[in-house]
Amino acid sequence: MASWLWASRAASYLRISVFHRGFATVVRDLRYADSHEWVKVEGNSATIGITDHAQDHLGDVVFVELPEVGAPTTQGSSFGAVESVKATSDVNSPVSGKVIEVNEELNSSPGLVNASPYENGWIIKVEMSDAGELNSLMDADQYSKFCEEEDSNH
Amino acid sequence: MTISQTRNIKLPLMNLVRMKGSSILQQLHLEEQLLRTSAENWCIINDGTNDPTIVMGISGKASELLEVNCVLRDHIPVIRRFSGGGTVIVDCGTVFVTFICNKDAVTGLQPYPQPIMAWSGILYDKVFQGAGNFRLRENDYVFGDRKFGGNAQSITKNRWVHHTSFLWDYEARNMTYLKVPARAPKYRLDRDHSEFICRMKDYMPRSAFIDGTIKAAGSHFSLRSIHLEEIESLASTKFTPSSRLLTRQELEVAAY
Repeated sequence: MASWLWASRAASYLRISVFHRGFATVVRDLRYADSHEWVKVEGNSATIGITDHAQDHLGDVVFVELPEVGAPTTQGSSFGAVESVKATSDVNSPVSGKVIEVNEELNSSPGLVNASPYENGWIIKVEMSDAGELNSLMDADQYSKFCEEEDSNH
Repeated sequence: MTISQTRNIKLPLMNLVRMKGSSILQQLHLEEQLLRTSAENWCIINDGTNDPTIVMGISGKASELLEVNCVLRDHIPVIRRFSGGGTVIVDCGTVFVTFICNKDAVTGLQPYPQPIMAWSGILYDKVFQGAGNFRLRENDYVFGDRKFGGNAQSITKNRWVHHTSFLWDYEARNMTYLKVPARAPKYRLDRDHSEFICRMKDYMPRSAFIDGTIKAAGSHFSLRSIHLEEIESLASTKFTPSSRLLTRQELEVAAY
């Protein structure tokens, strides 16, 4: 069913406007997972957050469940969650490794994930165990196209 | 037993589990396990839970949401569940309905909170068929401007849960354990519980609601009844659920 049909039925049902922006911001020089997380690599350290596309679809984030520093991460697996509306949504790690830092600001200001998804809304930093995993992630152009296709298929 | 619909369209399979009076903590553990370890679609209906229990969402803080001294005095259990959303107090008058689905189970549905919520509203539209001026309003199920169904969700990479506690009936006294939350829907308009919620029993027989829900689910899925005992073997799967009972000590700290 076309995305416009679901959106219009939803909008009619909820009696609100649920149409998302026609495009989401994508930052060059980041790598992207198909579960809508981004990763910024600096040496062997990877900073991870959720994309503008993800925060736009999730709605206002009211709580972020952060992992413990030292916890392992596995590429494609959940390391934490965000709460928005009535939902918890898993956040998955684009890379394997060990958590070396978490964004404590999110405890008091979870809305940073919405307001600044690629900067102040970063979620964790990971010491990567296998930089080769980055090759399986999308670049900015590939991710933009992925988002367009995903939205048009629904 | 197979519950089938006479349709030409091949519908995705969904397992239907019916319980009565089961512990809400047990139900939440089962749901989380099915979400995380099963690849099938599930509908769970628990017709009442025997012991009055308070259930908060994942980020719920007892000090902000509950009259903790009263909760402690009356030994009311308090659970923090794995899904998002607000706080409810449930008992034998509550009917629970849960959908656990693969992300592709509903054609064209994006696995995000609002689309799933809207889909659920359309499903329950078929159950109530306009009775009581039913609608989904700011993520609640209402008759007019009174809430009778509270929703919560949990979304993973490839699956999602949408679960609802329906107020078939409730004890007005039990609602006094809950504070009016800071994060409330706009349509609540600062009303206290007695003015904000309503009882489903004033609108529809209990069995008609449950049967209607199963029928509505059957229009989206090919339902297959599964007995709880058949899935108890899942208990052998290594999985640690995150929904848990708060300790008395945690509640005593929250009281100060």
